[in-house]
Amino acid sequence: MKAVIHYIRSLFLLELFKGMSVTGRYLFKKKFTLNYPEQKAPVSPRFRGLHAQRRYPNGEERCIACKLCEAVCPANAITIEAEPRADGSRRTTRYEIDLFKCIFCGFCEESCPVDAIVETRVYEYCFEDFERAENAHIMTKEKLLAMGDKYEAQIAADRAAQAKYR
Amino acid sequence: MELLISLYEALPVWLQILVKIVAIVAPLMVLVAYYTYAERKVIGYMQVRLGPNRVGPKGWLQPIADAVKLMFKEILIPTGADKTLFLIAPLLSIGPALAAWAVFPFDAELVLADINAGLLYILALTSLGVYGVIIAGWASNSKYAFLGSIRSAAQIVSYEIAMGFALVGVLVAAGSLNLGEIVKAQQGGVLHWFWLPLLPLFVIYFISGVAETNRAPFDVAEGESEIVAGFHVDYSGMAFAVFFLGEYANMILVSALTALMFLGGWLSPFQGTFMEPWFDWVPGIAWLAVKTFVFMFLYLWFRATFPRYRYDQIMRLGWKVFIPITIVWIVVVGAMQVYDIGWGFDQGGAR
Repeated sequence: MKAVIHYIRSLFLLELFKGMSVTGRYLFKKKFTLNYPEQKAPVSPRFRGLHAQRRYPNGEERCIACKLCEAVCPANAITIEAEPRADGSRRTTRYEIDLFKCIFCGFCEESCPVDAIVETRVYEYCFEDFERAENAHIMTKEKLLAMGDKYEAQIAADRAAQAKYR
Repeated sequence: MELLISLYEALPVWLQILVKIVAIVAPLMVLVAYYTYAERKVIGYMQVRLGPNRVGPKGWLQPIADAVKLMFKEILIPTGADKTLFLIAPLLSIGPALAAWAVFPFDAELVLADINAGLLYILALTSLGVYGVIIAGWASNSKYAFLGSIRSAAQIVSYEIAMGFALVGVLVAAGSLNLGEIVKAQQGGVLHWFWLPLLPLFVIYFISGVAETNRAPFDVAEGESEIVAGFHVDYSGMAFAVFFLGEYANMILVSALTALMFLGGWLSPFQGTFMEPWFDWVPGIAWLAVKTFVFMFLYLWFRATFPRYRYDQIMRLGWKVFIPITIVWIVVVGAMQVYDIGWGFDQGGAR
């Protein structure tokens, strides 16, 4: 009897019609696709994108060259050189992040005692002109500070939103 | 209009024939181009994606972009390949797919060559398509291409039989080999079309058609995951495009033939009901197009739904299921015809 039922089911293509009804229904479902350059997926305030160095409101750079980030960096991507400035404060003379080594773990940001190095929401970047600009993948101090100046409002808002969870 | 007709009649005969051929092939090629677009869109939608939408509004120019790209690509000929056969194979594959349209009646009067044995001609030409596949696989001189072509050839030959038997049923019911006569024999509304009395043959014909054109779920000849692209791995540029055009032209042909032989071709579905006069203004070719599009859509729907059959399952389906069913149903149709049971096949037929 079971065999007969099986034969009838397969002869009338029941399972195949069932499958087609599923795909037929999905034809009219709302589509998940995001049209990327025009539409973008929402980004979390905790997103760990391209790095930046922040300044205090008076324009002084935050980083005090404590080298905690350099020590904690699991990929050894950060290089810091420092010496006392003319006014006697301790500042970096060189602060570089090699983006080829960086794994975007965010440890540098967590370790920073003065919230100087941060990771921003910026995820759309590329290194152009490889032949001409040899070290396009190195985030120098100038580039980091420029990033910080450009996105300060967003960075501050994200840190404020997350302050109570940290 | 008058001017055009007199202009046409002033042409030499060979040019008149050429005009007729272009009038059929050009719309067909446009249809093929937009069929590939429809395929990507429909399958995309069934997979909850959007499909191509970058080139032109909603991606309408995508097929044109694809065509331009393929035209400018180099046609690579492998060193070990048989050059002549390698280049002939795509033509052998697309030729029959286009030539079959010669006897196809688009409307009661609209047919290029109204020959008596139209059905036989179509059967012959659809079988010829397999040579393109075999020669392509052989000429490429590659084991994958050869495996693909062997699989495909065996599959096409097996399903040819079931397809042929299904058409024998149509032939018995209509009493004619002329495609126009076959449609005329179906006159009298939806219930008089052959799909109902020949239901098993109708289903088997279309499924065999899917297998015959090597489309999912019977696409073992291509089997991207196993033998890359099967018989046309070594083809690129326009040589590949011609295979592609041939495959899609064949799909359209099978869809149109199914519509013609089982769904009453150009006949209005409202024939014999009170709604018939409302749709008098619809030209017959529009009904044919609608019915053809249904089957063309089914092709895409199948591809979006079914996983590929294993090779032995394909052979089992063809030889142990379809052929016995068709033979049984031919006997049934014969009995219906002889004892005048059922739907009166002889309406308007040439019996």
